[in-house]
Amino acid sequence: MINLTSWLDYGFMRNALIAILIITPLFGVLGTMIVNKKMAYFSDALGHSALTGIAVGVILGVTDTTLSMVIFAIVFALLLNKISSMNTASTDTIISVFSSCAVAIGLAILSRGGNFSKYSGILVGDVLSITPGEIWLLVVIFAVTFLFWGVAFNMLNAISIHKTLAKSKGIPVKLIENLFAVLIALIVMLSIKWVGILIINALLILPAASSRNIASNMREYHLFAVIFSMFSGIVGLIVSFYANVATGPMIVILASIIYFLTFLYNRKAGK
Amino acid sequence: MRKIIEPCGFHCIKVNHLGVRFGEQVVLEDVNLHIHCGTLNAIIGKNGAGKSTLIRAMLDDIAHTGEIEFKDTKDGRMAKLKIGYVPQSINIEKNTPVSVFDLIASYESKFPVFLAKRKKTYEKVKKALSVFDAEELIDKQVCNLSGGELQRVLLSMAIMDEPNLLLLDEPVSGIDQNGMELFFKTMDYLKRHYDLAIILISHDLDYVAKYADKVILLDSTVIRQGTVREVYDSPEFAKTFAAQNLENWMGEGKEND
Repeated sequence: MINLTSWLDYGFMRNALIAILIITPLFGVLGTMIVNKKMAYFSDALGHSALTGIAVGVILGVTDTTLSMVIFAIVFALLLNKISSMNTASTDTIISVFSSCAVAIGLAILSRGGNFSKYSGILVGDVLSITPGEIWLLVVIFAVTFLFWGVAFNMLNAISIHKTLAKSKGIPVKLIENLFAVLIALIVMLSIKWVGILIINALLILPAASSRNIASNMREYHLFAVIFSMFSGIVGLIVSFYANVATGPMIVILASIIYFLTFLYNRKAGK
Repeated sequence: MRKIIEPCGFHCIKVNHLGVRFGEQVVLEDVNLHIHCGTLNAIIGKNGAGKSTLIRAMLDDIAHTGEIEFKDTKDGRMAKLKIGYVPQSINIEKNTPVSVFDLIASYESKFPVFLAKRKKTYEKVKKALSVFDAEELIDKQVCNLSGGELQRVLLSMAIMDEPNLLLLDEPVSGIDQNGMELFFKTMDYLKRHYDLAIILISHDLDYVAKYADKVILLDSTVIRQGTVREVYDSPEFAKTFAAQNLENWMGEGKEND
């Protein structure tokens, strides 16, 4: 018989569990507004820009590429915000252009001399390699996010419902939108090594999208999103240990199953 | 409906030389308006005349030249103008988990709505909704409201902090003929029983004729303003709407600019 707690005997699994306990509620909460504000494409583009951030770091000879990733992502996020507010073409086209461009530049630089395999780990991520120091960084960003959420959530929600109306009520629309973009950039960059470029957006979007299927107000929306996110995270980690598959994809598979279940429930309930 | 204050008739709002340009294109030029409290002012004009732009400029949502002043004509004192705004529609899709309480509290309260329904805020929102007999909607999901219900919710929110000026886009979708009549009756009630002026963008010339105290015919600038009769009998009016009718008839007219 398999001992169901044997996975906790390993230090790397305990670290991974702590990381997941921090990351998943964050993703669940942030996702609610990313989905409501229709920014799924935006956060996806941000994830992809991680490649360029690393590339920039490599060129500049920085040893810790996390810093160059974070800085590049913040600049990229603010730039995307600025351009999409200018209303020149449809936002998703603009984001797509920037995202493809960033990915191409990143890939071109990182693949110089046939060295890309060195960086390919970032595509899928590896939460099992997280160190206690890196967990502390996550704790800090966790605190920052919840502080921001407490202060700015109402304003964000107001902006997502109607920008001009929000402005007429004295809400600093531009500032809040930029802060939100920077926050997404920070979180995506600080967790991308553990989650991976290819699936990070799924983790941001799926719990909130599932929650939307069954929630009828903001309290339920947040509660279900956090529960779904943490559930898929923890169960995904354990299953991946015993099934010997990568953790990130396992979490996404579970989150997707939850999405389909809530979708069916919603259809059946005729909401 | 609940009554707050009688209109005093001594407040006036002046828009002086307001202009808006988008790059090279001049959208509004030298718009001058003089609005008294207790009046319903309708802005009419063909599509693309700059009606919605004027409202957005008055809300400071877009860059503009000129100024808006708010004066007490009794003692000539200037005061800060409080504007209530009712948008034509809001970005709430089907399935969006936003209740009427969440909607209003997000704009009116700092306490985060995702944490809890704070009793104090809840009572405040309920009281505001009761002005338009909408208090039973408070826990409903916004995406499930009818056009008329949503209108009442948005109006309740707009007059919550007792504005001096109410700016609104007339609802065009989801409201039937009865709803329109009710909407204009509500406007009429508001201007009589609250100390505020109303500026309304309207596309329905019949209702404007019936309810407006003043009509502003807009085409990049104010090409005619005055009482319903003065504007409706003017050659500018005939010219504007002869073209519009043809446009609509050819199926190219859009209801909004």
